[in-house]
This record gives sequence, C-alpha cells and structure tokens, in this order.
Amino acid sequence: MKPKAAFYWCASCGGCEEAVLDLAEEVLDVVAAVDIVFWPVALDFKAKDVEAMQDGTIDISFVNGAVRTGHQLEMAQLLRRKSRLVVAFGACAQLGGIPGLANLTTAQEILREVYGEDGPSREFRENGHTLTLPELFDSVYPLNRAIPVDYFVPGCPPSPKILADALQTLLSGVLPEPGTVLAPDRAMCDECPRRDSHPDELRFDRFHRVQEQVLDTGACILAQGVPCLGPATRAGCGARCISGNMPCTGCFGPTSHVRDYGAKALCSIASVIGASEADEIDRIFEGIVDPVGTFYRYSLPSSFLERKRLE
Amino acid sequence: METATETAKRRITIDPVTRLEGHGKIEIFLNEKGEVDRAYFQVPELRGFEKFAQGRTAESMPQITSRICGVCPTAHHMASTKALDRLYQVEPPPAARKIRELVYNTFMVEDHALHFYFLGGPDFIVGPRAPAQDRNVLGVIAKVGVETAGRVIAMRRKLRELVALAAGKAIHPVFGLPGGVSRPLAPEDAAQFRQVAAEAVEFAQFTLGLFQKVVLQSTEYVELIESDLFTHRTYYMGMVDEQNRLNFYEGQLRVVAPDGHEWAKFDAADYAQHIAERSEPWTYMKFCYLKGIGWRGFADGPDSGVYCVAPLARLNAAEGMATPLAQEAYLQFFGMLGKPVHHTLANHWASVIELLYAAERMQQLALDPEITDPGVRTLATASPREGIGAVEAPRGTLIHHYQTDERGLITRCNLIVATQNNAARISLGVEKAARGLVSSGHVDDGILNMVEMAFRAYDPCLGCATHALPGSMPLVVRVCGHNGRVIRTLRRDADGKIHRN
Repeated sequence: MKPKAAFYWCASCGGCEEAVLDLAEEVLDVVAAVDIVFWPVALDFKAKDVEAMQDGTIDISFVNGAVRTGHQLEMAQLLRRKSRLVVAFGACAQLGGIPGLANLTTAQEILREVYGEDGPSREFRENGHTLTLPELFDSVYPLNRAIPVDYFVPGCPPSPKILADALQTLLSGVLPEPGTVLAPDRAMCDECPRRDSHPDELRFDRFHRVQEQVLDTGACILAQGVPCLGPATRAGCGARCISGNMPCTGCFGPTSHVRDYGAKALCSIASVIGASEADEIDRIFEGIVDPVGTFYRYSLPSSFLERKRLE
Repeated sequence: METATETAKRRITIDPVTRLEGHGKIEIFLNEKGEVDRAYFQVPELRGFEKFAQGRTAESMPQITSRICGVCPTAHHMASTKALDRLYQVEPPPAARKIRELVYNTFMVEDHALHFYFLGGPDFIVGPRAPAQDRNVLGVIAKVGVETAGRVIAMRRKLRELVALAAGKAIHPVFGLPGGVSRPLAPEDAAQFRQVAAEAVEFAQFTLGLFQKVVLQSTEYVELIESDLFTHRTYYMGMVDEQNRLNFYEGQLRVVAPDGHEWAKFDAADYAQHIAERSEPWTYMKFCYLKGIGWRGFADGPDSGVYCVAPLARLNAAEGMATPLAQEAYLQFFGMLGKPVHHTLANHWASVIELLYAAERMQQLALDPEITDPGVRTLATASPREGIGAVEAPRGTLIHHYQTDERGLITRCNLIVATQNNAARISLGVEKAARGLVSSGHVDDGILNMVEMAFRAYDPCLGCATHALPGSMPLVVRVCGHNGRVIRTLRRDADGKIHRN
C-alpha cells in the first residue's frame, strides 16, 4: 500500500507550493509514489474528512507556512493527531520566515499603519447584513511552537534537490533521528563555489553594504567586506544566492549545533571585526544598520527573542 | 419549514473552502424579494509587510517584498528594485536595464502559460458547459493531449531555469540592486536564453492557435465572452512606451476612459496624484480609484473612478504591441471585439496575446549584443530619501513606494498590488453575476461556475485560492436566514461533484 501523505499550508506566500511544482517532470513520480489524502491547494478534501480519520492514519504530513491564526493552530493540531510524521516544510514553518518580522510590531500597529484610525472592523453591520473578519494575532509562530514536529525541510523555498532528497529519505522507510533537519549538517560555505577564495583569517575595519560596491563574481563575498551569512547557515541550497552574486541571507537556518540562528549569525560576523577596543568595535558594527533584519530575517519567531516585547 | 421572516433576509457565502481563513470570500445578501441586495468580496488576511518593512534596509526590500507572493515574486522584486533606482537617483547601465527586462519577460511567459493551461484553461479549453468533473487540469490534458501537456511542463521548467540562471533563484530572485543587477550575463547564458526564447515564441504561437481553434471558432464561447453578465464599462490602466505600445517593465502609466480616449498619462512616481486608496470596514483589502473622477461606490461608467488593470486593461490602454506577431494578434482581437473591450472574460484571450509579446520581447533582448556587456552597475552616490518603482505584474500594475532616513532605512512603505487596482471591478463583477443568476431567492447550481468565472478571469492573486491546481475552485454557497441559520448548502468540490443539503 502506498504511504498516505498530506500537504497543508499555514501563513505562507505560495512559494513552497511552487517549489513542489518546480520538481517539474518529477512531480508525477511523487504523485505516483504516495496516496495524497489531503492537499487543500489541489484537492478538496475537507478538514472534517481528516477529522473522521483514525488517529495516525496519515503517514506523513508536510506543513508549510508559519502559524498566526487560531484556524491555522487548529489545523496543525488536527494534522498532528492524524499523522505519524509531521514535517515542517520551508523556512516559515521551520523558523517563522520573513512574515515573522511582523513580530517586531503588533496587530494594532499594523492596522493603524495601513488604515489610519478608521480601519476594518472584526464585525460590520449594514442594512441588516453582518460581515465578519478573522482576528489578526500579534505574533507569528514557527510550527514546532504549535505542535511537536518530527522533521524539518529548510529553505525559502526549499531547493528542488533538497525536496527530492527529503522525499526519498522519508519514503525509504529508514528514518533519521526525530528532530532532524533534512539537509546536510554543515555550513553553506562548504558547498560554496567560491570556497577556495575564502581566506583563513578575515579582519575588517568596516563593513560594506551590498549596493556600495561592485562585487567580484568569483571571490568570497565575505572576503569582499559584505556580510555573508554562509558560515552560520546550513548547506543544501546549492549556493543559489552566491551564484546570483549576492550574499547568503540565511534562509536555510542553523546547523544542528546551534540553538539560536540569529545569535550564531551575529557571532560569525562579529568574529571578523578587526578591532579589540569597545569604541572601535561599536563604530565598525554601526556598518550593520539593521541588525534584526540582517541576522534574524528568517528566524525571529523561533529565536530566544521571539518578538518585540508587548507593552 | 422556514418562516416568511427567515426568508426575508438571506445570505449566500461563496468561500474558497480550501482557504477557509485564507484570502478571498464572497458574501451575497438578498433583499425581501429574494433579489440580490449587495455582494461583498472580502479579503480576510493582512500580513503587515508595509509595517514591518519599517526599519529594514532599502536594499533588502527586493528580497523581503518578494515574499508577499511566491507565485509572482519576480514582479515584486523588480518593482522594488526600480524603486531603489529612484531612491538612490541612479540609472542602470543599458546592459543591466536589458537583463532586467529579459528576465522579466521570461517570467511573464512562464506565469501567463501557467494561467492559461492550468487556471483559466479549464474554463475555455475544456469548456464552460463541460461536465464539471472534467473542468480541471486533467480535462485540459485530455483535450490537448499528453504530448502537449508534457510540452507545457518542459517549457515551464526551462523558463524557470533561465530566471534562476540570471537572478539566482526563480522563487525569490536576488539580483536586483539600485543602479543595476548583481552580475552580468555570460555569453553562454545569453545563448541559452536565445535558444529557449525561440522555443517560447513557437510555444506562444501554438497556444494562440489552440485558443483560436477551441474558443474563437465556437459561437457559444464567443457569446459567453460578449455576454452582458461579464461586461463592465470602466476605466483601464496599463504601462506603455513612448509610442503608447504595451510594456511590462518600464514606461508611463496610461489610463483610457470607458469610451477609449486617453484620460491620463503619467509617471508612476506621480501615482498618488492620480490614484487614491480607500478602505471599507468589511475587508482588509484597500480599493483603488481614479482621484480625478472620484469614488461613486461600486459602479461602472465614465462618472465612476473604478478602473482595472491586468491583460485586458493593458491591451485597452495601449495603442499597439512592440513585436510583430503580437501586433497581428492585437489587431485581430480588437477587430473582432471593438475597442475598448469591456468583457471581463476577454482577459484570457488578452493574456495569450501578451504571452506571445513576452516571448518575442524575450527573443529580441536575448539577441541584443549589448546584453552580455559586463557593465551592469552604476554605483549610487546620492543620499536616499524617496523612491517609487512600478512594473506591470502578470495581474496588473504594481507600485512600490519607499521613504527612508539618510542611512537608507525604510521609514514609510506603501505598496499598491495589482489586485487592489482590480478589487472594485471584481466586486462589481461578482455582484452583477449574482444579480443575473439569483432571482426570487432561487440559487441555481450554475451560480457556482458563473461567479467563479467572473472572479477567476482576473486571476486575482489573493494567495492561492485561484492558483489551485485543478483549475476548479472548490466553492460553497450557503443560504442563511437573517438569524444566521443555514437554510441550504450547495458545495462543489474540486473534483466537480456537487453536494446539496
């Protein structure tokens, strides 16, 4: 019997679904290898069909997107009950993702910014008609803050190769340790095509922003003075941004030895500061004008910081 | 039995049930006589990009804003990059400008093909009156053949590989920088673009031929396109070059009135003088309208500021196409339907014409010897303050507007996304379709298909309710008494089966 699989999305952009389509001709192999029992984007099985299943009926549920509404939380909990394995798919489900930067603000602040004082209301009545809108939560959560997660597939979005390899691993029957991130457990630098130009020691007295200079297309980007998060980031992406001649921004998250990705990223950049006096270090670090957006771009909700403090 | 008072006020909810709390919902309210009183098109989600952009660096915006949509990330990336050009007051060198436009057209071919074959296709290729269970991507494959389906999949893969080649990644590109792009195009890359572009032109011609064969030779289809149910006389907006020919990447925004005359033409930087946004208390979507005409509610005609964007609007707003085959197709389109075309369902045809244009434009640019020039950056020296950038996204005009402090940290961010421009007209369309189909409280099964078609013709990018693969959006119609009790439910699943209870 073919394994039963479910795909679900919470707060996401649709890029993870496109990433599945980017398997192109291989999509048909995936469809042939599993029995898809729930996939709202493509097939109209209802939540109540899932509810009717016995617990543990689904072999693997792939969930992408972060959790930011009560409905998404309920769906995550439901899939957890019904599934033997739950896989957090993509950076938003694993770490919170870019929409997780909303944790720097609150729902109230967002509404005020977009609509001023006179915004939409949760419940609206007109001519006896009542219209309702769902509540916006203040915080965005990675999937494993909502439910226990068995495996993670990293990336914004996961690359086709990582996706294909992850599927193969999960369908092979020989499962890795629970909690495993299904990507190589080493730094992105290890698979960087510019690895050989990475000097053994780097000392900077200032950082450059990416638009301030023309980057050499063959040399280590960090060695050119532009913060590149390759040393702190897990491999497996195929160094796609580097191929585009742009620095790594960390979408594959940390390796297994790291608990807080942003802190690790910050350390990796701090380690190349060529100064020992506090004033001098401060001055050099001022070159990183948006530390949160630089080091926690994809991982704020899963970090020790989680969010801006609520008043 | 329901009482007379219960039937007096009824509510119909059409909800893409696969996106329960997701991105789009239609509510239709009936009056005492059982006729449609009001229809509401609701967007129930807001992610707050404009707020959390504040404090981020300007140069990170092309990558941050692409995460608004994983289906059209290249559009956000490009509008954002163009806003950075203006923010730093810097002109990209010719090669950089051309590489951007080349990548952009490559993306447009891919996106339009996806829409035609997988999303709009089921309505037209399989047929609006075909059994519902066939109106999905499998029905399309059955009709066009497995070989063609394979060709569509292979074409999409090659186009996306090209975007990744030049822009780093196809989903969430990284190459946009103020004053240019992050890397030049190597001669062997350009050769690959030329090869795929030639295939794309053939593919687009084949697609147009398919459309002509299946749709235009059928009186039934043509009558449906021209039917009053899907017709609204609004204003249209689209980007044009100096000769008023359609352009996706750069030019001025041209607005034509319902009678077709040029009503306004302006630089995107002046958008705020021409476009106003209003919010309604029942949706998170903001509605755009023409400031110079004003808001007269959800109405069409020359006195209402409602306008629309996307393929049909772009063809209406332009006076021609810049490439020969697309120009031929453009003339055939207006020769048959008159100009401007007010029929919403003509959007599908317009998008096939645009597919051909994008492929031809891709080929022109790939053949340009300057495309491999290594000079792809102009370094910025000015202090950043404010920048506005616009492109034609697949679904219409997209504007990014940033203000920053002197360090280039965003202090204010305003985004006008394509579907916002269309939101008022989509509401109009849904209401008109509902009025045409619901009478005396009778809700016919047909409303499911017809309202869905009115909605999907815009390919509204509200998330992915309309990017559902089977091309048959699952819908539910609920008829409720005024006390909220459900009197009747009609549900159509993605497999086309209708359930009643």
